[in-house]
Amino acid sequence: MEENIIEMRHITKVFPGLVANDDVTIQLRRGEIHALLGENGAGKSTLMNVLFGLYTPEKGEIRKNGKTVVIKDPNDATALGIGMVHQHFQLVHNFTVLQNIILGAETVKGGFLQLAQARKKVADLSEKYGLKVNLDALIDDITVGMQQRVEILKMLYRDNEVLIFDEPTAMLTPQEINELMQIMKDLVAEGKSILFISHKLNEIMAVADRCTVLRKGKCIGTVNTAETTKEELSEMMVGRKVEFVVAKEDANPTDTVLEIKDLSVAGRRSTKKSVHDVSFKVHKGEIVCIAGIDGNGQSELVYALTGIMPAESGEIIFKDRDITKETIRNRNLDGIAHIPEDRHEYGLVLDYTLAENLVLKKYFMKDFQNRGFIDFPAVRKYADRLIEKYDIRSSQGALSVARSMSGGNQQKAIVAREIDYDPDLLIAVQPTRGMDVGAIEYIHRQIVKERDEGKAILLISLELDEVMNLSDRILVMFEGGIVGELDPKQTTVQELGLYMSGAKRNDMREAE
Amino acid sequence: MKKSSFRNNPALVGLLASFTAIFLGLVFGFFMLGIFNPSFAGAGIVKILTKGLSSKEKFAKVLYQAAPLMMTGLSVGFAMKTGLFNIGGSGQYLIGTFCALLFGVVLKLPWYVCLLAAMLGGAFWGIFPGLFKALFNVNEVITAIMFNWIGLFLVNLAFSNTPTVLANYYGASVADRTANIEAANPSAVIPKLGMDKLFNSSYMNISFFVAMLVAATIYIIIDKTVFGYELKACGFNQKASIYAGINAKRNVVISMMIAGALAGLGGGIYYLCGTAQYTIEKVLPAMGFNGIPVALLANSNPIGIIFSALFISYIQVGGEALQPEYAKEIVDIIIACIIYLSALSVLMKGLITGLLREKGGNQKEVIEEAPLEETK
Ligand SMILES: Nc1ncnc2c1ncn2[C@@H]1O[C@H](COP(=O)(O)OP(=O)(O)OP(=O)(O)O)[C@@H](O)[C@H]1O
Ligand SMILES: [Mg+2]
Repeated sequence: MEENIIEMRHITKVFPGLVANDDVTIQLRRGEIHALLGENGAGKSTLMNVLFGLYTPEKGEIRKNGKTVVIKDPNDATALGIGMVHQHFQLVHNFTVLQNIILGAETVKGGFLQLAQARKKVADLSEKYGLKVNLDALIDDITVGMQQRVEILKMLYRDNEVLIFDEPTAMLTPQEINELMQIMKDLVAEGKSILFISHKLNEIMAVADRCTVLRKGKCIGTVNTAETTKEELSEMMVGRKVEFVVAKEDANPTDTVLEIKDLSVAGRRSTKKSVHDVSFKVHKGEIVCIAGIDGNGQSELVYALTGIMPAESGEIIFKDRDITKETIRNRNLDGIAHIPEDRHEYGLVLDYTLAENLVLKKYFMKDFQNRGFIDFPAVRKYADRLIEKYDIRSSQGALSVARSMSGGNQQKAIVAREIDYDPDLLIAVQPTRGMDVGAIEYIHRQIVKERDEGKAILLISLELDEVMNLSDRILVMFEGGIVGELDPKQTTVQELGLYMSGAKRNDMREAE
Repeated sequence: MKKSSFRNNPALVGLLASFTAIFLGLVFGFFMLGIFNPSFAGAGIVKILTKGLSSKEKFAKVLYQAAPLMMTGLSVGFAMKTGLFNIGGSGQYLIGTFCALLFGVVLKLPWYVCLLAAMLGGAFWGIFPGLFKALFNVNEVITAIMFNWIGLFLVNLAFSNTPTVLANYYGASVADRTANIEAANPSAVIPKLGMDKLFNSSYMNISFFVAMLVAATIYIIIDKTVFGYELKACGFNQKASIYAGINAKRNVVISMMIAGALAGLGGGIYYLCGTAQYTIEKVLPAMGFNGIPVALLANSNPIGIIFSALFISYIQVGGEALQPEYAKEIVDIIIACIIYLSALSVLMKGLITGLLREKGGNQKEVIEEAPLEETK
């Protein structure tokens, strides 16, 4: 039998203003996990979208088992046994898990859905691969990790043998990532072949057999992961050495910028409080990190601080002023910036251009308007400056529609906008989600620079590496409360893990 | 959505889609003509297509009807741009009509004051769907439909009980309609500036130009102003707009008010021309609903709406000429079919994008032909 199950040969895909894939050749061997690595905007998602039939390439051919095939749309891909989990999930939110899984591949008898049969097949699959899901839950009500499992089940339900994962781990917690890695290994053991996009080199080293590196649309080469190192991979990808740990001096915290007193916030989905009686302070010149397993109230805490959700009780004091009831606009003007956790939900207006998105919080300021009219040249100039400074890559610069931009570059745009807002307090939730190592290095440096300039930074991250590298002080959140305060220099990832799982706690409250 | 390279020229795809839809609508209309009266089908479709330009008088009629259509089209289109579906155009149009006639016939005020009153009336009627949406998250479509009927009966009730607005007060024999405005208060008639002589038609006045001016204003508001930026942001992604500090709830209400004002102005424009009298009937005016296809056909683009309103008015004038070979009701059906098929531009957009992709695929096949044969 042919060794390569999939071969993409000399693929060229052009978008107006940009060659996203330039003569790229990649071979996926039967039964391997093949990683795809490259900077943000290098063309990884585009290449996979070509394989999945979402884009028609200008040049090149695709071979399956040595035979040339034509993939015009995702139906063709499915017929060839190719499935894909997209960088941004494609689920119907008011459908149940089961409905989503069978959508487009329904078994029908006399015009009626045969749900019982489908249910059995899905249940068997989820059993076999340990993909735990509640088949009758609505997508809206389940966690991101569970949504991911739904996406995987969708592929398995269609008996796909080539599985494409586009940055599957960007949204997951460390635990979920480990589970996913195991599932991927099990899938390969079952004879599936996997194409895997990730920016996290540890993951690639851990599960992938081989890795192909793209840079600016071109294929740089394919290496065996057993014969390479993280450093080598990142150099191949960015073209220079990358520092994984940002160098920083000790913090010099001064005045209190933010003080939270006994803050409680209602749950988003249930009536149970998701944050209760939380108190802490953030000072000028320090990076305070809130660590915790996803869903322990971090999101709600941030929403209450930024004004997206109301506080149920307690006080938020910002620069000596009670802002608990303040509008979002006034909080922003007062000096709070916010990198939101989900770039598509809150962070961007996807149908606006990059330039319009970069002024999302400034469009009304006198620099960008003239008697009620938007000063487009000024907006353009400002956008060009940020694009240059933060290396935001897209096909048409400031005029690219945000929707057409690569995930990592969308994220860079949000981070650029918020840091450049020049806030007194920067609330950064997973700021580097989906970014390549080079970009992460740059953003981490920027955040430290902000700190050194006397800004207060509240970082919320699920990634322990980021927590340990960046923060000056760690607060651990568990079941809506703060269960511990740790010094990153004197703690270990293991200890942090114990606090995060609720196994350990120290009382934070100062004696009154 | 994210497919062809043409994607980057949505304006072009949109235009192409609109033209394809219009063409299909006309083909369908031709079949309808054939079904109802085969021997006149050929002549009929020619009439529909040429009547509007056959004489100065007919063209004047096209402009005359296009003006209020443009207003209700702008009403729907503006709301659409801000993420709302204003199906309440009929109700707002009626309240606008009422205010315009009240100010013109009863209070004897000049036409521009009456038009202003019509706008305010429409805006007032737009508040309700907006407010219910903003405060209680009730779908604006439901409220708007209810307020169409409330508006209709309220206006009928008010007219019936205002003797000084009815035709018989000014010497006519009937009391089921409002007064002939020329007889009641000539200063409330929208000026003709001598164009009626030029076009040899009493339908000709400046209303079409007023409507064009409003369309241009709406275009500027949506695309150039800070206010428009906020409204569009709310329409595209309400959560992101809230995040940015935009008061999304207030914007929903304001959007619906502006949409209402536009529809209301449509009512005012139509009934202050001096050629129409409002008849007290239990039917919602088609003008309100026809704003929907006008907006859809133009992809909600305010400048496009000028042309789509003209087109639909043109087809209507052509349709009127189908009598007596076709019964009036049949003409209405045929015209409605053409209009609604023409409005399927969204569907066409998908089709055209698909076709363009297909073309890309063919190119690919040419390149691939050689290796294909190799493997066989
Ligand atoms: N539909 C589109 N129209 C125009 N440009 C596009 C489109 N899709 C992608 N691009 C551009 O092509 C380039 C490659 O995008 P792609 O999404 O493949 O990057 P990526 O390697 O997946 O990056 P990331 O790591 O950020 O996800 C980007 O610069 C992007 O702006
Ligand atoms: Mg990508």
